[in-house]
Amino acid sequence: MNKIISIEHLSENVVKLSIEAPRIAKKRKAGHFVIVKIGEKGERIPLTISSSDPEKGTITLVVQRVGVTSHKIANLHVGDSVTDVVGPLGLTTHIEKFGTVLCAGGGVGTAPLLPIVEAMHKAGNRVITVLAARNKELIILEEEIGGFSDEVVIMTDDGSYGRQGLVTHGMEEIIQREKVDFAVIIGPAIMMKFSSMLTQKYNIPTVASLNAIMVDGTGMCGACRVSVGGATKFVCVDGPEFDAHEVNFDELLTRLGGFKDEEFKAYQTFLETLKKEVT
Amino acid sequence: MENMVEHLAQERSLEWREALRKSIKSKDRTSLERIDMPEADPVERAKGHIEVNQGLSVQMAVEESRRCLDCPDPTCIQGCPVSINIPKFIKYIEKKDFAGAARSLKETNALPAVCGRVCPQEIQCEASCFYTLKLKTPPVAIGHLERFAADWERKSGNMFIPEVAPANGIKVAVVGSGPSGLAVAGDLVRLGYAITVFEALHEPGGVLKYGIPEFRLPNEIVDVEIDNLKKMGVEFLTNFVVGKTATIQELKEEGYQAFFAGSGAGLPNFMHIPGENANGIMSSNEYLTRVNLMNAAHDDYDTPVLLGKNVAVIGGGNTAMDSVRTAKRLGAERAMIVYRRTLEEMPARNEEIKHAQEEGIEFLNLNNPVEYFADKNGRVNRIRLQKMELGEPDASGRKKPVPIEGSEYELEADLVIVSVGVSPNPLIPQSIPGLKVSRWGTIVVDEKEMQSSVPELFAGGDIVRGGATVILAMGDGRHAAAGIDRYLKKKNRSAS
Ligand SMILES: Cc1cc2nc3c(=O)[nH]c(=O)nc-3n(C[C@H](O)[C@H](O)[C@H](O)COP(=O)(O)OP(=O)(O)OC[C@H]3O[C@@H](n4cnc5c(N)ncnc54)[C@H](O)[C@@H]3O)c2cc1C
Ligand code: SF4
Ligand code: FES
Repeated sequence: MNKIISIEHLSENVVKLSIEAPRIAKKRKAGHFVIVKIGEKGERIPLTISSSDPEKGTITLVVQRVGVTSHKIANLHVGDSVTDVVGPLGLTTHIEKFGTVLCAGGGVGTAPLLPIVEAMHKAGNRVITVLAARNKELIILEEEIGGFSDEVVIMTDDGSYGRQGLVTHGMEEIIQREKVDFAVIIGPAIMMKFSSMLTQKYNIPTVASLNAIMVDGTGMCGACRVSVGGATKFVCVDGPEFDAHEVNFDELLTRLGGFKDEEFKAYQTFLETLKKEVT
Repeated sequence: MENMVEHLAQERSLEWREALRKSIKSKDRTSLERIDMPEADPVERAKGHIEVNQGLSVQMAVEESRRCLDCPDPTCIQGCPVSINIPKFIKYIEKKDFAGAARSLKETNALPAVCGRVCPQEIQCEASCFYTLKLKTPPVAIGHLERFAADWERKSGNMFIPEVAPANGIKVAVVGSGPSGLAVAGDLVRLGYAITVFEALHEPGGVLKYGIPEFRLPNEIVDVEIDNLKKMGVEFLTNFVVGKTATIQELKEEGYQAFFAGSGAGLPNFMHIPGENANGIMSSNEYLTRVNLMNAAHDDYDTPVLLGKNVAVIGGGNTAMDSVRTAKRLGAERAMIVYRRTLEEMPARNEEIKHAQEEGIEFLNLNNPVEYFADKNGRVNRIRLQKMELGEPDASGRKKPVPIEGSEYELEADLVIVSVGVSPNPLIPQSIPGLKVSRWGTIVVDEKEMQSSVPELFAGGDIVRGGATVILAMGDGRHAAAGIDRYLKKKNRSAS
């Protein structure tokens, strides 16, 4: 049981919650994630640790309402508990002084990007961050990201905030403007696929943090497998970050839809029961 | 060894044993027929998750126990990996002292209710029973009797909880809560050590909980054992991945003086053939974990599981058998085993194969998948299989399957469970500098003490043996507990 210390709604469907997890707070580094489970009958889902406070013993997670579990999380209150939290899992981000690092975050991908932006900045890199989302509502953590970036570029699909256009537009402008030595991309798989194709075109070494479906998070089940450079890897123990240019994003996209029908049905049933409880 | 023979002889010469032996003539004992285990109806049981073996009744158990001759040289014991005093517990049953039978089992076996259900007795104790060896008739049903005694005790609501020595304040960490970890914890807590069991998952029990299905080993049985350990003072910390949440080094700084790694062989193998990452193809670990640990087949649990009409399970071990029988229970029209050798070579227990056959599982033996195909949504729909034939025996002594050229054909399957073995979980070995591991990634230990190249670290079970058995894991745990006790006594003596 891990108590919720604070909750902040970053947008209608995105919440930031800080929960008690002293051991994880002490150990975690950029790139690490946790697996959480809500309630006795809950499922286990991975969430990247966005930041932590080792003194207070808390970690911060950012969650977007997309299915049953994220919906349950978004509905929690301060003082409630998350039934199970285990971590920190995965390998840490490889941080070094590359020179200029271009970071791109799509949607809630900005949350796991934050600790990397911070670490890259602290390692002495010039950090330029592109934040992209469908609309203004979905641009999150702009201020926090700004604190560790030399420049922040905002892109929205509908032009409701920043500039109108896709993440790749924002990235390409920067790449054409100045020399970029390294890139980090985190967001929906489709966003990472196209961002990766872009940096490949310019020969910029790039890592992507993959959001595979997981169960245990310790290498025990293989639910999270992806193809990287033609070899099968487990995201939970070999990742979550991989050389973006070697990742088979099409396979990742397909695998992310592996339980689509089951998830959709479960979410509909869940929303129905919520409605019934309200009325 | 000498000691043990003497000890056995001494116990055998006790008055009550002699009296029992005399009460029925050997000839009358051997003319009794082996009692069959009552089983749930195959059609009915394949619709749900009820336990297949229903357990012997008191009357059946006593009757079966009479078959045991209480041999002067009990060869059955040599067949048991942990040398349970088999005739002793069986004679307690004949005497109708069932609590006594359970207690004598627990002298050597920490988990008799589990082992009575899942041990491969047919290649262990029962294979070396006098009946099998000399009379060439069915052996005494040692496993069924073991289960009977343990179940009787549990159901009596009066389980024997061993006495715990006064606390000595010495902290020992056990990593993993599978059978090896539970055995270490049980033995050391009795000696007064302060034991913490660290478990990565949200529930303790290891493979016994997440792997072996309800219809073979109900979770409740494992939970009772864990509760008993808790009552004895063992602390369980779930959601704790040693090597990640804290390293062994950090735990050492927190005062743990010795460690037992019982982290199992958690890494599923895949075959690395084309199309294997399609949706609807998963490891048996994933499939069984979803169903057993996460209750995915129940509507009120959140975890999803894919259902299949034509389910193919690749492999021939217990894990494959458990997966295919689970698929049948979840409504598969065709639940198939695809195995590259024949029934003869199948590593699964005979009982599991028999039960699977009764339940209508199809066996596609001498077949091996070479490629998978998927529909437009990326979900597997066909397997390309190659026929095999048996060639010369390989290193394992089993005949090596050889592909038959040009024999490929396609089979419809919308769910494929890959069950071709597991590798040791690398998390622990990777996180300990200087730890000696084998070529296969197993932790190297000295066989007697179960001590690794890092003196304070002991290990046992699948992380040492690769995929093995519950009883071997449990036995390793007991040896390691003794090793840890000797190590700590010596260390703390030289420190004072
Ligand atoms: C489906 C299936 C069916 C089987 N059927 C049989 C059978 O019929 N008969 C039989 O004898 N054997 C059977 N086996 C094999 C048997 O279950 C294993 O040999 C036995 O469970 C091994 O025990 P163990 O103690 O080594 O570890 P496991 O039971 O594997 O337990 C290891 C535990 O350690 C935890 N862990 C791992 N790493 C860490 C870490 N870093 N920190 C904290 N915790 C960690 C894991 O989560 C797990 O709970 C079967 C196995 C499977 C998978
Ligand atoms: S060998 Fe068979 S008959 Fe003899 S003591 Fe053992 S179980 Fe009984
Ligand atoms: S989540 Fe199970 S192996 Fe990665």
